Amino acid sequence: MKAGLILGAGLAGVFVAAALVSFAWVPHDIGGVDIAARLRPPGAGHLLGTDHFGRDILSMIMVGARTSIAVALVAVGIGIGVGVPLGLWAAARRGSWADEVISRAGDLIFAFPSLLIAVMITAVFGPSAVNAIIAIGIFNIPVFARLARGAAMSLWTRDYVLAARVAGKGGFRISAEHILPNIANLLIVQGTIQFSLGILAEAGLSYVGLGAQPPVPSWGRMLADSQTMIAIAPHMALFPGLAILLTVLGLNLLGDGLRDLLDPRLRRRRT
Amino acid sequence: MLRYALRRLISLGVTLLVASLVIFLALEVVPGDPAAYMLGVNARPDTLAALRAELGLDQTPPARYAAWVAGMLTGDLGLSYTYRTPVVDMIVERLQVSLPLAVYALALSTLIAFPAGIWAAARRGSVVDVVVMGVTQLGVAIPNFWFAMLMVLVFSINLRWFSAGGFPGWEAGVGPGLKALTLPAVALALPQASILARIMRSALIETLSEDYIRTARAKGLSRGQALWRHALRNAMIPVLTIIGLQFSFLLAGVIIIENVFFLPGLGRLVFQAIAARDLIAVESVVMFLVFAVVVVNFAVDLAYAWVDPRLRGRR
Repeated sequence: MKAGLILGAGLAGVFVAAALVSFAWVPHDIGGVDIAARLRPPGAGHLLGTDHFGRDILSMIMVGARTSIAVALVAVGIGIGVGVPLGLWAAARRGSWADEVISRAGDLIFAFPSLLIAVMITAVFGPSAVNAIIAIGIFNIPVFARLARGAAMSLWTRDYVLAARVAGKGGFRISAEHILPNIANLLIVQGTIQFSLGILAEAGLSYVGLGAQPPVPSWGRMLADSQTMIAIAPHMALFPGLAILLTVLGLNLLGDGLRDLLDPRLRRRRT
Repeated sequence: MLRYALRRLISLGVTLLVASLVIFLALEVVPGDPAAYMLGVNARPDTLAALRAELGLDQTPPARYAAWVAGMLTGDLGLSYTYRTPVVDMIVERLQVSLPLAVYALALSTLIAFPAGIWAAARRGSVVDVVVMGVTQLGVAIPNFWFAMLMVLVFSINLRWFSAGGFPGWEAGVGPGLKALTLPAVALALPQASILARIMRSALIETLSEDYIRTARAKGLSRGQALWRHALRNAMIPVLTIIGLQFSFLLAGVIIIENVFFLPGLGRLVFQAIAARDLIAVESVVMFLVFAVVVVNFAVDLAYAWVDPRLRGRR
């Protein structure tokens, strides 16, 4: 399934590139209001049309890509940065109180529907992109902790780990030098999947007003804005949604492709 | 089995207790005084003090936590700050929308996913399989609220088959009620059905390669007979787990989808309560949703252990 990998990387690449290009150049400035140009359908001047303030939708999508990608990326970073060490620690001290606490805390977080964590954080600190990152990040921590713990557990029985122990290495060094490199593949694949889930979550949160606040453009809020205009300007709803769909699709294809590439044993079990 | 159930029941109690503590502490640090918020900036100090006493805000946090938990155990979640009605009544009222919606979506998702997954697995590699896999790949990637908006555009605005939002209430009859929930349920079901169909397909393909299927075929069963009589039943275990887990996703999804369709369910209640700084309501609704998720997962675990005795020994 190399085709999926290439298509996925291509799609994801386009949106990352759009986000990066937007720092230097966008087709139209999106800072100002241009009522004369409002609700233009897609056409020559504005490739994807304009919104209810006359802002260019293509430019908004490019700048919005930054928000989506940044929120999802940092949230995955939190998940990996906190979750993986915890998972490795739990595996190294299998059966200890640390293992028990880490596993039970993970169960606890999974008991909260992901969006509820965001809702609570918003209730406490108010809506913002940073709080969206924290909410999505918190949910990512047990995902990576479980993955790392499960994968590390089976590695602890390997001969090379035994050899390292005989050589006098402690749990920390073994985890860092022998276990981590061997579970890196799994982490990359899961990271891609969580990245795509993060994009979806960010879009959902900003759609209900719990994510990035104006004037920071975000795909979810573009969709929220478009909702009341959907009968007269369907293009306003169409393109931001397509951007989310294609980015998530690309990342999912990329994740599947990477899994096949990095771990041929899983190829048969593909879902 | 009984010992397993008992152990899981204790862990369920502990989870709920810790969750209640987390929720309480999280909302405890919220800046601002709800009483001051309700009365506005010009409130007289004695009015403020009276309201604080009425809401129990003059007590210490541990006392308020104890009162909240004790109330929950007796089915009393306190009075909403803004609506001045018991939070329990509000939850029960909103549940009449949210619960049917979640069940409707779960039923649709299963009805779509089973045939699609079984068909794709039975004709692995065929056009059907490729189409099912392609469509489900899209279904997993589509934001459900966007899909909901597109359906509104097509079925409400252009075709005028459904209303674009709102809920007539069950007093209007089951038919109109279900009709109002149809588009939201489809929007919720599509991503879930996609995941479920993929799980169904891969679980079936896995079991179809087992030795007992070969034995069944050797006895003279056709491919179809082997699939229906032997493979399907064994493939159901992972599928059932996912259906249980999806309930939690559906509850989260309900929160967003209700906002798309302006449905007076729990999801909208949460947002209204946050906007009004009605912390008692937020706290209790969140706790209720966590309770629902934990209990459903508990039931799934038990069903699982009942179906597969090997699982009872683990943890």
